[in-house]
Amino acid sequence: MISAILVMALGAIVLGAALGYAAVKFRVEGDPLVEKIDAILPQTQCGQCGFPGCKPYAEAIAKGEAEINQCPPGGEEGIRKLADLLGREVKELSAEHGIEKPKAVAFIDEQICIGCTLCIQACPVDAIIGAAKQMHTIVADQCTGCELCLPPCPVNCISMEPLPESVETWKWKYPVFAIKPATKEVA
Amino acid sequence: MSMLHRLFNFHGGVKPAYNKEASTQQPIAVSPAPTFLVIPLHQSIGGTPRPLVQAGDKVLKGQRIGEADGNVSSAVHASTSGTVTAVEMRLMPHTSGLPALCVVIEPDGRDEWITRTPFDYRNATPTQTRDYLRDAGVVGLGGAVFPSHLKLNPGKSGKLDTLVINGAECEPFITCDDVLMRERAEATVKGIAIMREMLAAGRVLVGIEDNKPEAIAAMEKAVAGEKDMAVIVVPTRYPAGGAKQLIRVLTGIEVPHGKRSTDYGVQCFNVGTAYAIYEAIALGQPLVSRIVTVAGNVEKARNYEVLFGTPMADLIALCDAKPDTDRLIMGGPMMGVRMPADSVPVVKATNCVLVGSPILFPPPPPEMPCIRCGECAKACPADLQPFELYWFSRAKIFGKAQEYNLFDCIECGCCAYVCPSHIPLVDYYRFAKSEIWAREKEKEAADEARVRYEFRLFREEREKEEKAARLAAKTAAGREKAAAALASVDQPTTTPEEDAKKALIAAALERAKAQKADAAPQNTEQLTSEQQAEIAAIEARRAEIREMAKPHLPPDN
Ligand code: SF4
Ligand code: SF4
Ligand code: SF4
Repeated sequence: MISAILVMALGAIVLGAALGYAAVKFRVEGDPLVEKIDAILPQTQCGQCGFPGCKPYAEAIAKGEAEINQCPPGGEEGIRKLADLLGREVKELSAEHGIEKPKAVAFIDEQICIGCTLCIQACPVDAIIGAAKQMHTIVADQCTGCELCLPPCPVNCISMEPLPESVETWKWKYPVFAIKPATKEVA
Repeated sequence: MSMLHRLFNFHGGVKPAYNKEASTQQPIAVSPAPTFLVIPLHQSIGGTPRPLVQAGDKVLKGQRIGEADGNVSSAVHASTSGTVTAVEMRLMPHTSGLPALCVVIEPDGRDEWITRTPFDYRNATPTQTRDYLRDAGVVGLGGAVFPSHLKLNPGKSGKLDTLVINGAECEPFITCDDVLMRERAEATVKGIAIMREMLAAGRVLVGIEDNKPEAIAAMEKAVAGEKDMAVIVVPTRYPAGGAKQLIRVLTGIEVPHGKRSTDYGVQCFNVGTAYAIYEAIALGQPLVSRIVTVAGNVEKARNYEVLFGTPMADLIALCDAKPDTDRLIMGGPMMGVRMPADSVPVVKATNCVLVGSPILFPPPPPEMPCIRCGECAKACPADLQPFELYWFSRAKIFGKAQEYNLFDCIECGCCAYVCPSHIPLVDYYRFAKSEIWAREKEKEAADEARVRYEFRLFREEREKEEKAARLAAKTAAGREKAAAALASVDQPTTTPEEDAKKALIAAALERAKAQKADAAPQNTEQLTSEQQAEIAAIEARRAEIREMAKPHLPPDN
């Protein structure tokens, strides 16, 4: 047990260090416009826009090769921000690329999982942990909800669970203001 | 000890009716332990403590039941002895009406403490003392419930000019600090002395509004023996008890927008917090109860010492709520928030349970358009332009709202109080703030996802290169051997490694199939036609998914 925890902890540290290192070392000083567009895209990395990730889509938009309404996870607000940035007109989300859904995270039914590692290979952000023939688990905090792990699973044990609202994520609602009656009431 | 002290003015403010007399007629009473205590784990700013107990455990009063999650967090304790009956989701004293993880304790009636040992902070390092206070669950009791140990740090300079102790208690109806200072002045001052030592503060100023003569007298008596510690009487004007406002009045320091008072050598604590620190350090008692004012639409308004986790319903039952009661507010009429039900527990943030009725708090007149009269800006103690904040929040132009220092708004409600158009201004600010926070969180998550995605691309690239290098090495070492092997194999496209993997997957699949067959339901004959149709539909869906998964599976033979 302890050694397992130690191994995991060590793994986490090594990975973390590698992540940090890679972030610094391999930062591509790219086109500032692409960076700006990429900063607006939600980084779900789901490919619904027709490109293999958010960055390629950002590049395509910058080159004028793609419309700004192809990203379902970004939704209406994302389109609005892109339109603002690029001075283009706001459009409706293109239906052929999908619909805007509430954010959900993938969940593996650990009773059914056979440990085939296919989902690990599909996950664009390495949010699934597990080794061959061991059951796999999804790190909910890191899951972007891209759904890319669903089709490869041979035993169909991954499902998308919507994130429930909690006291921490709850938001104050937009104030509903009473509409003043047009006719004068007799006091 | 009296001394002449120059007072300053803070901008704006209002003078609502105090309504403080009713609850100060009688001394603090102890509220009895209820049948069940419901203690939320999340009671302070920061991470949610991890539960340390489970159903069936026996606990003692003061036993830690939730361990601080990281440094920005504070522990939670059992407020009396008894048995844990559940660790489950219960309704929180929060406007959302959402549940969160709570420890439910059935008291055994003995109220038996853990062994209490005073903490010798003079022989401990500052870090040890802070950790001790974190584990004792001490948080700011003025209402913000910020973990106190984080504030008890003099910072880089190693000292503080002025320690401000907030006994102003400016909000109408609330009197818990007033009665605390009247009855427990000495212990409170001992707590202040401990804080002063931890912060290496030069002078201590205790600010009390001039509508609390008894508290002022008691505190003046208690500080008499202390060096450089003075009680300063400040004029009664809401919100003199806001931290920045009190600092301004007592020291003349105007903390600019977006800055913290510590940048100017001043730190501010509530008197209740000072008392809690005294109990934790000098008596070895973690924070398990607090003084709560019950006022408003009740026959017998009073202050009670209440165990955390006591349902508000039990508390107001002691005070005889009038029959037309229709709501409970946690806090006062200006800044308080409405409770979703009266079953919610008293927590560390509960300074007051204000009982309301339609007569006491009539519904606000209808909201009318802003006429830009500027009254709100005159009243704003944070020196903001509330009508601009309102405009941008209402139009959801959040960036602009932030430029106008939305986050310096202390939600005091002065602007809404004076607004002739009856606009619920604070509701708009709360809405805008929570939207901005949510967006920031989303942005952080997206940034993290981008880093992880880029790292994955980098890793894949590296793996490809390594594989190519290995292959090249192999080829060079035994080209003929490889060629011979290749010739004899029909499908040279897969490496032996991949073959082995595919075989493994196939085997596992077989096992899973067998397991599923074993678990298949037996009594499928006597089903209704709907049930059978449903089963057929599900099977069809499965088949479809299997089709979809085909390209990712190993070929059958
Ligand atoms: S559709 Fe998916 S991959 Fe494309 S930009 Fe949006 S989140 Fe990124
Ligand atoms: S007080 Fe009300 S009406 Fe006047 S400027 Fe402020 S928000 Fe507008
Ligand atoms: S609620 Fe905010 S904007 Fe309104 S007066 Fe108070 S600090 Fe100013």
